[in-house]
Amino acid sequence: MAVIDLANPTRFLAVVNRVLPWLMAATILAFAFGLARVMYAPDDYQQGATVKIMFLHVPAAWLGMMGWGVMTVAALGTLVWRHPLADVAGKAAAPIGAAFTFICLVTGSLWGRPMWGTYWVWDARLTSVLVLFLLYLGVLALYWTAEDPGRGSRAAAILALVGAVNIPIIKFSVEWWNTLHQPASIIRSGGSAIDPSILMPLLIMAGAFTLLFFTLHLAAMRNEILRRRVRSMRLMQASRA
Amino acid sequence: MQLTAENLACSRGGREVFAGVNFSMPGGEALVVTGRNGAGKSSLLRMLAGLISISAGRLALTGAENDATLAEQSHYLGHQDAVKPSLSVSENLRFWAEFLGGRDAIGAALEAVDLVPLADLPAAYLSAGQRRRLSIARLVAVQRPVWLLDEPTSALDVPSQKRLAELMRGHLVGGGMIVAAAHGPIGLERARELKLGPA
Amino acid sequence: MSAFTALLARDMRIAIRVGGGALMGALFFLIVVTMMPFAIGPDLALLARIGPAILWLGALLASLLALDRLFATDHDDGSLDLLMMGRMPLELAIAAKGIAHWLTTGLPLVLITPVLGLMLNVELGAMGWVSLTLLAGTPALTFIGLIGAALSVALRRGGLLLAVLVLPLTIPVLIFGVAAANAAIVGPAPFGPPFTILCALSLASFVLGPIAAAAALRHGLE
Repeated sequence: MAVIDLANPTRFLAVVNRVLPWLMAATILAFAFGLARVMYAPDDYQQGATVKIMFLHVPAAWLGMMGWGVMTVAALGTLVWRHPLADVAGKAAAPIGAAFTFICLVTGSLWGRPMWGTYWVWDARLTSVLVLFLLYLGVLALYWTAEDPGRGSRAAAILALVGAVNIPIIKFSVEWWNTLHQPASIIRSGGSAIDPSILMPLLIMAGAFTLLFFTLHLAAMRNEILRRRVRSMRLMQASRA
Repeated sequence: MQLTAENLACSRGGREVFAGVNFSMPGGEALVVTGRNGAGKSSLLRMLAGLISISAGRLALTGAENDATLAEQSHYLGHQDAVKPSLSVSENLRFWAEFLGGRDAIGAALEAVDLVPLADLPAAYLSAGQRRRLSIARLVAVQRPVWLLDEPTSALDVPSQKRLAELMRGHLVGGGMIVAAAHGPIGLERARELKLGPA
Repeated sequence: MSAFTALLARDMRIAIRVGGGALMGALFFLIVVTMMPFAIGPDLALLARIGPAILWLGALLASLLALDRLFATDHDDGSLDLLMMGRMPLELAIAAKGIAHWLTTGLPLVLITPVLGLMLNVELGAMGWVSLTLLAGTPALTFIGLIGAALSVALRRGGLLLAVLVLPLTIPVLIFGVAAANAAIVGPAPFGPPFTILCALSLASFVLGPIAAAAALRHGLE
């Protein structure tokens, strides 16, 4: 078992070690470029400079959702193809996805303060993100509780798939719930058409965030592989003594 | 030091497990409790350890510390190892040594059960026999006159059984006493036998 | 190190290690509080008014459900036998386990309360008062819960039995906890009397909880 386990990840580690510095450099460049564009983006005539939180908030929301997408693909890899790297990929994606979702919640809350006059509003979109965050925490708790990484990752893969099926249903019901008792205090943000002077920096920032996601993801996968090696070496040490 | 049981009886849930058990042993001696399954070997040991109450009869330890009960002067090695998987080997042992009021004999105790190379590993990585040895290390780390051992050799390989036998002999030479429940020989030459249940 | 601090340190260490349940209670608390608006509706004014009650109910459920395995793990691996044989009275051993449990499960509940209060639109100043009442009251929940944890181990049943046994016993804590929080936020009743009674409940259960739990373990595990 050990040989099959190590063969593929070893090649993977070599690739990661070669790719990671370039990816890191690309991330830094993309952020430098994106942030510069954000600096020169015009302020909103209503919201002033606070609109710039959007350049963090919106990409974080996208990446939070993409994290679950990565986990879903990894879950299929774990359960269907039993690829040894798949559960590593899934496990590494969970905390990163959760972190982006958390950033989305915090920036949304900070953005909401000047807009709504309160840090939190049970608005359909914000609430959906919160539920996504809770689902992430559930997956993390599962990894945290399972002592045997193999069993933990299969359980988490099932949870990731269940979540992938459920997230649209949850989103739909949250929206339905919210329109059912729509509070008067919510002011809808943003017009229907986004000006290119805002759209371009937003897209660049989204690209930078995506690069950041994959940099972190690859590094986390490498760490997880090494962690598992440490574990199996210690197990061997225990069985030899 | 003298451990005496007079007419000891045990009933569990209305069923009599054993009755009329008598023995008296001085320090430096070992008593091996035998009998078929369900004869009450484990119950007798748990009774000595104060974990189940005495249904009838009398049990006394004289000549040792007078203000401590028999349970407080005993080590009990039951079927379970009382090992926490998330703590390291040495953390597990250090906890029990501190809880039971032991000195800093942890290194020597790990040495005695040959677990020094694994001291920093999480106990989750240990095999059943290694966990058993970690549990036995407790007896070495903290001084107690009475050892109550429930099938101490289970899960142990032959070298570990020999090492345990040496530890037991050392304990007896030091004036301690051992009551062990066992199906087979436990490696002590001069041990009295107490057979429970119908012959 | 004395036996008491050794046991306290061990339980805390296990709780924060991999597989320990230290943050699970806080997570449960977060989820329960998040569920409430889905049932009640997103009306911020209403949520702000009943926020303290929601937080107290969430903390109550979280601290009780987290107690489920407190003695069960020690029972399953044989540690409980040794704890009962030790020279330290079982009552003290249970108190040490209770304190460790409160520090790793109860205290995090108090600490995340302000964040949850934000979501329920409870004002920041009011949040301080709610946190204070939880700080004073959650020890009572843990130490009353110890009794249920001990009984459920003795009866070899887990989970809901504990909640069924213990929830009625926590009614006074809930009453005075929410009363103190509401008195501090909206008045007009003074904050002092209910808060003092809340502290008294915590202190009393700190003494009585371990005694009752020890009795339950001694008689139940024969």
